[in-house]
This record gives sequence, structure tokens and C-alpha cells, in this order.
Amino acid sequence: MLTLTDVGKRYPTGDRALTDIQLTLPKGQVMALIGPSGAGKSTLIRCVNRLVEPTQGSIRLEDIELTKLSGNRLRHARRSMGMIFQEYALVDRLTVMENVLSGQLGYVGFWRSFLRRYPQDAVAEAFRLLERVGLPHAIDKRADALSGGQRQRVGIARALLQSPKLLLVDEPTASLDPKTSRQIMRLIRELCAERELAAIINIHDVALARQFADRIVGLRAGEIVFDGQPSELTSEILTTIYGEEDWDTTPEPADDEETDEQEKEREAHRYQSGRDLRRLASLADGGVR
Amino acid sequence: MPVSTSPQGAPIWQRRTTRAQWLQFVAWLLGLSLFLLCWKAISDNTMWVFVEDAGRQGSDLISRMMPPRWEYANVLWKPMWDTLNIATLGTVLGIIMAFPVAFLAARNTTPHPLVRSLALTIIVSSRSINSLIWAMLLVTILGPGVLAGIIAIALRSIGFVGKLLYEAIEEIHPTPVEAISATGASRLQVMNYGVLPQVMPAFAGISVYRWDINIRESTVLGLVGAGGIGLQLNASINSLAWNQVSVIFVMIFATVLVSEWVSARVRHAII
Amino acid sequence: MSSTDSLARQQAARKGYWRRLPLIDNPRVRWGLVLGAMVYLVLALASVEVNWARVAEGAGRALNFLGAFLQPDFVSRQSDILAGLLESLTMTLTSTVIGVLLAIPVGLGAARNISPLPVYAVCRSIIAVSRTFQEIIIAILFVVMFGFGPFAGMLTLAFATIGFMAKLLAEDIEDLDWRQVEAVRATGASWWQTMNHAIQPQVMPRLIGLSMYRLDINFRESSVIGIVGAGGIGATLNTSLSRYEYGTSAAILLIIIAIVLMSEYASSYVRRWTQ
Ligand SMILES: Nc1ncnc2c1ncn2[C@@H]1O[C@H](COP(=O)(O)OP(=O)(O)OP(=O)(O)O)[C@@H](O)[C@H]1O
Ligand SMILES: [Mg+2]
Repeated sequence: MLTLTDVGKRYPTGDRALTDIQLTLPKGQVMALIGPSGAGKSTLIRCVNRLVEPTQGSIRLEDIELTKLSGNRLRHARRSMGMIFQEYALVDRLTVMENVLSGQLGYVGFWRSFLRRYPQDAVAEAFRLLERVGLPHAIDKRADALSGGQRQRVGIARALLQSPKLLLVDEPTASLDPKTSRQIMRLIRELCAERELAAIINIHDVALARQFADRIVGLRAGEIVFDGQPSELTSEILTTIYGEEDWDTTPEPADDEETDEQEKEREAHRYQSGRDLRRLASLADGGVR
Repeated sequence: MPVSTSPQGAPIWQRRTTRAQWLQFVAWLLGLSLFLLCWKAISDNTMWVFVEDAGRQGSDLISRMMPPRWEYANVLWKPMWDTLNIATLGTVLGIIMAFPVAFLAARNTTPHPLVRSLALTIIVSSRSINSLIWAMLLVTILGPGVLAGIIAIALRSIGFVGKLLYEAIEEIHPTPVEAISATGASRLQVMNYGVLPQVMPAFAGISVYRWDINIRESTVLGLVGAGGIGLQLNASINSLAWNQVSVIFVMIFATVLVSEWVSARVRHAII
Repeated sequence: MSSTDSLARQQAARKGYWRRLPLIDNPRVRWGLVLGAMVYLVLALASVEVNWARVAEGAGRALNFLGAFLQPDFVSRQSDILAGLLESLTMTLTSTVIGVLLAIPVGLGAARNISPLPVYAVCRSIIAVSRTFQEIIIAILFVVMFGFGPFAGMLTLAFATIGFMAKLLAEDIEDLDWRQVEAVRATGASWWQTMNHAIQPQVMPRLIGLSMYRLDINFRESSVIGIVGAGGIGATLNTSLSRYEYGTSAAILLIIIAIVLMSEYASSYVRRWTQ
């Protein structure tokens, strides 16, 4: 359903984030994309819905060539790709319902959306989705009054209201505690099954990837170094992806602590450079439309 | 390096290196001579006899202002109302015009760099020119009256509101904007859902702040004929009716205090 | 919002009916505000008297003026422009320096946490008077007292600078980081040493930034106080406008804009340099 051929991305800064990516994603498959920080996972996902412009290659969704689209055609293509973000990316000062309804923006005209006069079935569907993710009581709460897990649920509902064929999920659990992470992953998994959605999920937690994905793709320095079943993911392969590390003997609780540490580090790193870089990227690529 | 080593080998701590110290010294010297030069230019153009006389003139002025002619206040209600209208309508008109200009001027929302430079030019021109000068221009064009004052205030406000607003727009979180674009929203929808909610509090605060400034500015527009209480001020000064001038001063003072209080309250409520 | 309301909204949303929550909950207050604003607008607009014949007559002049911007005339009044500009610049510089120097003691006095009440009251009233009255009003008074010319203008701008700087300085001092001050005091430093080592470093960068900003404001103001005889480019501008010499007016305005632009660049540079 989604086919990437020879996709490459070089940022204006000279960073080569992706090289010659070949990837085919059939309908209904949930694929986890793993790899060390800076491997190009986010870049890959963003190339698909063109928040980042790929510099070479072709990306086809069913029979639409995405890399050639612009203007209205791009808008239409984006409707069928729901995106879920690590930092939830909700609009804090809008209510939960408004945030969810913003998933309909690709379908309604400006004035309708400006006056918040959404079609009746869209509103009903938005409410059903909120019930599905367990937040029907929160429709009038402002997004910044929610907890991290609740926000992510709103983000999921927003993406699903687009009636997408494909979900692009960028580290959905990186800011959540282990239990909530599991719940969110399970929810995404179930929703994909219910609606026969394909999904690409960027994830740092290999255990979660193993548990919830049909297929795992390992990315290292912009290249695919592994592509297979979760069961095929051995310690040797993890070493090729992430580098030398004793994969088997790490005791479970310590593991948790370590991911915590890593998470903090990543968070700090992201805080320093990520925002500016991303802003630069969207500027350079005209990603903000 | 602020720490160097003395001949004996003991480290010496200094606040700045000698080179930097020299540079600083030279900078101070240059600044001082520039100041003295300017001072000389001014004093050459000053009639010092008048300045020596200033104390007497001042006390004379105060004595002539002193019992204020309070009944004059009755004449001032209508001009005060006009002043209020100039400030308020001018602010409204100004922010309506500033709003799109700010979106065109912000790096992350402008459609094109060329448009951005144009918007920045508008903002700088509007900011550089005092509202009194705008009023002078408009009085020669539109004739004296409140209308000239309103437009003058509006034109001056574009730059102020535009500048602060576009800076606020450039500081928003980019991720919600990306998320909205990723849903397939159009450009305007992205502005409406992704950008606008994030800048709304700043926008409201800036507008109220500017309204407060505009109240002060509109009290003097009458000096060049653009309506409001400044007209009475001008007339009273020209007829040397200083005891009326003091009444006007009290009125202005009170109005400004009230407007400052209102604006502080509103801004407090918003934030 | 009560929970029954909330439930009702959920029920409606389930059926597909949903409206944005109003900004103000209480409908009476909401409509009252809307009505009040409407009434005010109508009254205010009604009291604006417009002489349309005069406006129509002015339209031609407006076009002339816009035309003048395309062909500004820098030459025919060159010496007037130069003299006025020089006077404006000298006034700007001296008044900023003097104003900032005087603003420091006033600002210290107006900071509630370091000055006794009577001093505080006096300094706060100086600030209030200086901030309330527009420069041009102060200029009128100073011109009466000190005679026409740049001296009155300089005093005006210095006085305005005091109010502006002292207020911000006082606020800065009021929310200073007292732990640093305590730390310096604990070493047995005298009052002056405390000022120099604990307060100055915290306040200085912003003080410099604000002074640059004020320099910019003073220049812009110096272009208007000439209207009432307090020196500077304003007088030249006023004359050219009343003689309908739009080419010269446009030239002066363009010069003002250019200088403000330059000073903005310079001050952003200085701010980066001092931080
Ligand atoms: N906007 C940008 N401008 C320039 N270079 C960028 C930009 N965004 C990412 N890069 C570079 O591209 C490479 C891939 O970055 P990407 O964000 O895709 O990695 P990632 O695998 O998602 O990492 P993480 O796990 O930390 O999110 C990195 O080397 C990064 O420095
Ligand atoms: Mg990433």
C-alpha cells in the first residue's frame, strides 16, 4: 500500500539523514521502526507526509505519487495519513473536542472550521472516538489540563478522525510512564486492527516493539539494516543496529531505570536542539503550510 | 584570560585583560568627548540669560496656574470624550490593520520573504514616526478634527502592535502547527487552529497596552489640530490662560491614571 | 459549568450537535458586554464629525504627498534639514546620558525594598508625573521657562527619560535575586560594595539595553518637540508641512525612518555585546 523507493534526504545543513530507503508496507500491517537516536526515524516518517521534503526517490501511497504533490492535492493526500506525535502536539488553548475536530480540517472549508460548524456526522464520529479512547467526559476541557497519557489519547483520536489509511506514529510513548506506554501501544494496535490501518511506529523501546508490532525495521545512520519478524530480532542484530551492548543479561528493573535515564538525556537533547532544528527544517522545506 | 601568571609564578586574577581594559578606557573616553561635543553644540545654541531666568519664570508660571479655574472643567467633558474616542477607535482600527501585517512579517507564517520585508517596512515606518507627526500630516490632508486623530493613532499603532505580535508569532511552539498541517488543513486553517490560539493572549495584552499608551498620546494630538482635549490646551496656552491649563493637566493626569489602572487590570485578567 | 450541563453537552455531541463553548459563561454578562460595546461604538462613531468636502479636497493632497515619497527632496532645504538633524541628534544623546544618570538614584529611591518610605513616595511621584505627561506638554512648559531652543528640548527628553528608566529600574531592583545580595553582604561588604558586587551585575545588562532603547525613543521624540519650539528636526518638518513642501517633508521622514532603523540594528548589536 505504501511504497518507498530509493528515498533519500539530505538536510540543508549537510546532514545526510536517509540514504536509499526501500520499503513496502502492506495494508493493515503495524511496523515498528527502531534505531539509535539520530538514525533518521523521524525524518523517514516526516518524509512520508511531507512535513519534511525528501531530496530523492519516490513515495507512493496506493497509486498516488506523494513526492510530486503540492497545494490542494497534497492536502488531500495528507488527509489519509494520520500522524501521532511524541509531544502530543495538541493545541493547548483549544478544548479537547476542538483538538479532535481539527482532524477534519482537510475535509471542511475555512469558514466552517473558523466558526466551528462541523458536519453532524463528523461531530458524532469525534465523540465516538473520544469514547473509544476513554475520554468522553473531557470534551470541554482545555488540552493543557490533561495528563500526558490523556493527551496522547486525544492525539490518537485526532489522527483517526482523518479517516486515515495509514498512521504515522513518532515515538508515541517516549514521554509516558511504562504502564501508560503499554496502554497507548495496545490502543494503537487495536485501532489498527479494527480499521485495517497500516502503521509506522517509531519507537525506542525494543521490548514494546517486539510485543506490539507485526514487523520490525531497524535503521542505522539513515540506512535499513534489519527488516523482519519480531522473533528474528536477535542480540546480534540489535548490536548491528545500536552498537555493542550486552543485550541479554540486563536485569529487568535496572532496564527500566536505564531507559529513564536515557529518556531524560534524550529529552534534554531534544529540548536544546530539537525544537530549533525542527523549526529550521519546516522552514527550509516549506513544511508549515 | 583573566588569570595570568606573575614573574614569580603566582597566578594573578584580574577582571579583564589589559587589552580589554585599554579598549574599555578608549571607549569611555570617546563617549565622554562625544557627550561634551554635543553639550557644546547645545550650549552654543542656548540663550543663557533665559536659562538664568528660569527659576523666576517657573515660579511665575506656577503662581499664574495656581488657583485652577475649576469651573473650566465643565467645558472639558466633550473634548475628553473625543480624546477617549480617538484613543479607542484609533486602537481598534490600528489592531485590525496590524493583525494581518504581523502574520505577514513573522518568519514562520509569511508566504514569501519579499512579502516579509514589505511588512517589516510598514512596521518600521509606522513605529518611527510619532503619532503627532502622523497627525500633522493627516490634518493637512483631511483637515482638522477627530478623524485625523483617530487615523494618526491607528497608523502609529500598526507598528507597535505589529512588531510585538510578530515576535510573539515567531515564538510559538512549532509542533502543534506541524500537527495541524499534517491533517491536511489549508494555510488559513493552520493559522486559525495552530497559530492563533497560541498568540491570542499576547495579542490581547499588547492591544490593551497600546490602548493605554494611546490615551496618553491622544491628549496632545489637539496641539496640531487633530481633536481632543489638546485643542483646549492649545487655546488656553495661546491665550495665556494658565489657570485653565492647570485644570486640563489635572484632567489628563486623572484620565491617564484611570486608563493605566484599567489596562493593568485587564492584562492581569488575561494572563 | 455544572456537571449536568456537561452531561447534556456530551449527550448532544453523541448525536453530532456540538458548539464551541462561549468565552464568557454567564449569558447575561456576555450579551451585556456585546451590547455595551455596540452602544459605545455607535455613540463614538456618531460623535466623529467628518467634513467630507474637506476630505475630498485633501485626497488630492494625499496623492501629492505619496508622490513626494517617491521623489523626496533632500536638496532645496538641505541646510535646514542638516541643522535640525544635528540638533536632534545632540539633544538625543545628551538627554539620554543625563536622564539615565539621574534615573539611577530616582530608581533606587523608588524601589520599595531598599529605600525608606518618604524617599519612595517622592521618587514614585516624580516617575508618575514624568510618565503621565507627554513629552510635548513638558516641552511647552520648559520652553516657557528656559526659552526657545535645544536646551529646553534636552531637558524635556531628560525628564521623560527619568520617568521611563527609573520605573523599570525600580521594578528590576524590586524583583532582584536577594540570595546574591545576602551572600555578598555576608562577606562583610559595605553598602557601596554591596551595590557594586551584588546589585549592579544583576541590573546592568538590562539597564544598558533599556538605555539603548530609550536613545531610540528620544530620537523619535526629538523629532516632534520642535513643533513647540524646543529645537530639533521637528521645527523644520512642521514648517515644510505648513508650506506644503511635501518633497522636503518626505525627505525628513525618510531620514528619521532610516536613523531609527540604524539605531535598532546598533542597539541589538550592543545588547548582544553586553550580554
Ligand atoms: N531540521 C533538521 N536540520 C538539519 N538536520 C536535521 C534536522 N532534523 C534532523 N536532522 C539530522 O538528521 C538526522 C536524523 O534525525 P532524526 O530526527 O530523523 O533522527 P531520529 O532517528 O528520529 O532520532 P531520535 O530517536 O532522537 O528522535 C540527525 O543526524 C539529525 O541531526
Ligand atoms: Mg525522532
